[in-house]
Amino acid sequence: MSIAPTLEADRPKRTALYPLLESAGAKFVSFAGYWMPLQFPQGIRHEHLHTRSRAGLFDISHMGQILITGADPATSLEALVPGDICGLSGYQQRYTQFTNDRGGIRDDIMVTRLPEGLWLVVNAATKAADLTYLDGNLEGQCAVSAQQRALLALQGPEAARVMESLCPGAERIPFLHCTRLLLAGAPVLVHRCGYTGEDGFEISMEEENAESCARALLQMPGVELVGLGARDTLRLEAGMCLYGQDLDESTTPVEARLGWTIARRFRQEPSAARFPGASIVLKQLLEGTVRLRVGLLPDGRTPARAGTQLFDADESTGGQVTSGGFSPTLDRPCAMGYVATRFSKPGTRLLAKVRDRLHEVEVSPLPFVPHRYFTPASTKETL
Amino acid sequence: MSQFRYSKDHEWLREETAGIATVGITEYAAQQLGDVVFIELPEIGKTVSGGDVLAVIESVKAAVEVYAPVSGEVVAINDRLVDEPELANKDPRSQGWFLKLRIANPTELNGLMDDDAYAKYIAGL
Repeated sequence: MSIAPTLEADRPKRTALYPLLESAGAKFVSFAGYWMPLQFPQGIRHEHLHTRSRAGLFDISHMGQILITGADPATSLEALVPGDICGLSGYQQRYTQFTNDRGGIRDDIMVTRLPEGLWLVVNAATKAADLTYLDGNLEGQCAVSAQQRALLALQGPEAARVMESLCPGAERIPFLHCTRLLLAGAPVLVHRCGYTGEDGFEISMEEENAESCARALLQMPGVELVGLGARDTLRLEAGMCLYGQDLDESTTPVEARLGWTIARRFRQEPSAARFPGASIVLKQLLEGTVRLRVGLLPDGRTPARAGTQLFDADESTGGQVTSGGFSPTLDRPCAMGYVATRFSKPGTRLLAKVRDRLHEVEVSPLPFVPHRYFTPASTKETL
Repeated sequence: MSQFRYSKDHEWLREETAGIATVGITEYAAQQLGDVVFIELPEIGKTVSGGDVLAVIESVKAAVEVYAPVSGEVVAINDRLVDEPELANKDPRSQGWFLKLRIANPTELNGLMDDDAYAKYIAGL
């Protein structure tokens, strides 16, 4: 009682896996209100390359898991997102965004249709705002409940083999689908998805079972813990956006080149679209935008990090880097950012100003490292 | 052999011959940085005051500046770091040295820590 409750509330929270991560030598950072592992003793580069070659285990319990139930939650949610939620079949998952009235992005989210309702995974930094937003907008139609659960991600070419022996059936889940299974005796909701570009799974469970599940996974050959540092370099190589850096309230899905996530129904019949900012977003789909998200490859060894300004040959402003760093897979720097549309063609040469020096960069297609998701074709090969 | 001296920013400095000091980063700094991927070294002939940015280390994690522990002129740089920046992680005391400075004002050396003082300093961080 002597400590003011506000102080307690301001303090970063610990996930259910904190003790295990701490004993594994995690270096923790405060991220979106949680103590999260930045890296483990072997370091970001090792963790990154391990995930690309074998299997990395990530604690992503800071992310928000939300269940929306009601008479027709898909129709209700479609008033808030441009994705085709009504078109989801059972246990299918889709990537979409909450938009604002200007078509800007409030958050980017994953949505799955379960028998009991819609299952959402949202960003940690935005989950409180998302819950308030959903409560306010779905009131009278749906019940919105935050799920106090743990979330693990197992990513990499050996992830399916690991899951096959610990959680049989998971290896057959199609990409962007989910199934309820048992892992180390615990009921889990397993999605085939991820944030690395590799084949992999996101496994949701009760917090009390998180440690036993993680220990079971870590006992399998080829599985190692991976922190947020490598999670960031992996998703950057895979060309995936990080909310707050590459996406924000002033960026539309079309500028972010996420037009493919907009429901075809809305593209064909714009009047059917009810999501905030729909008229702006759908007009941009037809007419284009003044800026676009692109990949950027610096010529030299100097990374162009978030915030780096981009210029054209006349040294007039051409854009800005929103995520940038070093790619362990390519052994060179890579970045993504927004450039004026006239500079967005792959091969376009630009200059990045790093510490008052101009470095040559080339606009590049995304992803930098090809995705290797599970496809039905590879099912046939393994059968 | 002359002793190592240290700045609060985790650079080490050792006077090799009269008035010329080798500069690098400490094991503590190397460990905090994580995997070093690129090191931007100054040009030979550059003059710096104590505390000025002398070099920039890019790790997978972030870009970190290296400050001049004392004032002086850059008289040599470690070219090996261009192709093998990881030397700054693996062997920061010897093969991973950064550069040599001609010390402008030897009294500035008194403002640096010795081995014992630096060991106590990092123990308190």
